[in-house]
Amino acid sequence: MRFLVFAEQHEGEFVKNSLGVLSKAASVGDADAVVVGTEAGLAGGLGKHGAKVVHVAAGDALTPPLPQPRVDVLAKLAPDYDAVLFGQSVLAADVAAGLAARLEAGLNWDLVDVELQDGELVGKRPALQDSVLVEVGWKSKPGLALFRSGAFDPQESGGEPEVRDVEVQLEDFSTKVEMVEQAHAEESSGPSIEDADVIVAGGRGLGAPENFTLAEELAKALGGAVGATRAVVDAGWYPYSAQIGQTGKTVSPKLYVALGISGAIQHKVGMQSSGTIVAINKDANAPIFEFSDLGVVGDVHEIVPKLTELVRARKG
Amino acid sequence: MRIAVCVKHVPEGPSRIDPSTKRLDRSGEGALNHFDANAVEEALRLKGDSDTEVVAVSVGPQQALDSLRKALAMGADRAVLVSDDGAAGSDLVATSRLLAAALERESADLVLFGQQASDADGAVLWAAVAERLARPVVSQAMELSVGGGTVRVKRQTEFGYDTLEAPLPAVVAVSDAINEPRYPSLKGIMGAKKKQQDVLSLADLGVDAGEAGEAGSRTTVLALGEPPTRGDARKIEDDGNAPQAIVDFLAEKRLV
Repeated sequence: MRFLVFAEQHEGEFVKNSLGVLSKAASVGDADAVVVGTEAGLAGGLGKHGAKVVHVAAGDALTPPLPQPRVDVLAKLAPDYDAVLFGQSVLAADVAAGLAARLEAGLNWDLVDVELQDGELVGKRPALQDSVLVEVGWKSKPGLALFRSGAFDPQESGGEPEVRDVEVQLEDFSTKVEMVEQAHAEESSGPSIEDADVIVAGGRGLGAPENFTLAEELAKALGGAVGATRAVVDAGWYPYSAQIGQTGKTVSPKLYVALGISGAIQHKVGMQSSGTIVAINKDANAPIFEFSDLGVVGDVHEIVPKLTELVRARKG
Repeated sequence: MRIAVCVKHVPEGPSRIDPSTKRLDRSGEGALNHFDANAVEEALRLKGDSDTEVVAVSVGPQQALDSLRKALAMGADRAVLVSDDGAAGSDLVATSRLLAAALERESADLVLFGQQASDADGAVLWAAVAERLARPVVSQAMELSVGGGTVRVKRQTEFGYDTLEAPLPAVVAVSDAINEPRYPSLKGIMGAKKKQQDVLSLADLGVDAGEAGEAGSRTTVLALGEPPTRGDARKIEDDGNAPQAIVDFLAEKRLV
């Protein structure tokens, strides 16, 4: 089984999620990778995660992280492979879907695992709020797959890859979108939420921006970092660098404490692979309780100060 | 100007997968995918008092007319539904083909999508449709303006905020942070019934049966199984002792 993995990079840094997918691919079959928009210098890092061949496509039109020029690159390479694999991201989803239409290739998304059954590739996908695990297959070659954030951890297994430059003629419509101002990864103050063992995250249920001190105090007592939902970031209560979810950070701490967070799908995708999830919310029907290890129906303003005191006392 | 808004009719309440077809059971009550209401709202905001026409477009069973009527009640001018027994079970490749064929007939300057489908959790259709229409595409729009033949979008990704521009005609998927969808007024609901609602078959679109439904799909569902569960998940009501209960739980898991 020959895999091509879309190794996503942003301003010269690989996205961890796509390295996890590469590691998985290398453990199931032969894995090559494609990097778009940067010079060959980065490619060696992909060999370490199992890539035998790294295809590199660079050039001005390929530098901004836009999907359509990447579809042109992948469309040239993909027909030589059994499957093309992507780690979920805003960019990767748009590339995968465009490629599916270009090649009339099947795309399965939100996969958490993949394996060979009688030589055929089978994907595993939790569906209907994770109440059922669906096994999915492909009727095309290549088959395309998008994996859930955090599905696999990057493993170091390989060595020096062979690097090949790719020259591609871009489609006229692929170069129409202009990046006027590009996002840069922000420097955040305090411990990074991506590396934290404990995260205390706050949502709209905190009631007011000043109540984020509840989350900060509890995080401090537990030795963790503070996260936030998109709703409170959009409302200006907390900085974007702390946002967890579909268009924020994807985290998998040992402990995730959700304060006043309803658990909308956009938030869930960013934290569902956390080790233990504790949620406090006054709405007994909040979706977050469906994927919490301990759900507490109650008022965060009553519970959290006492909880912080008890944790401090315990840690002495 | 003409704006086409693509909407999906999704099952309401607890959903199930039919074990015989391995497809989502769509026979029960349904509703407009709530993420698509943001796209309808944005189209209506762009229209304002101008003579821009807003067309709601869907692919689905006959019941999807209910969701299209919701879009009409909100203020869309016209609705188009692609509905055909031969289209049932279409995956991304087949659905994008049908939707693109319907959109080709509309020659819209701007095609809008919501950020994902609440039933299949898919967030992919716009990029496949844009590819088939050979148009520029931008996703996750949180601010959108149109002028001088271009669309300007501010969006949020995993890295922060981008600003992008594309010439019309273009395809844009909006995030649910872009607006608060309006509720249809009684007048809107009454008026929706009288607005034009076209139902198109595969033949109307000139799409062969082999290119739609399961025959036209390139993915397949092999089996349904039980997902791994979250061990001994529990839920308690705060009776004043919740802080202690949480600490005990964390201690048991060796997390404090």
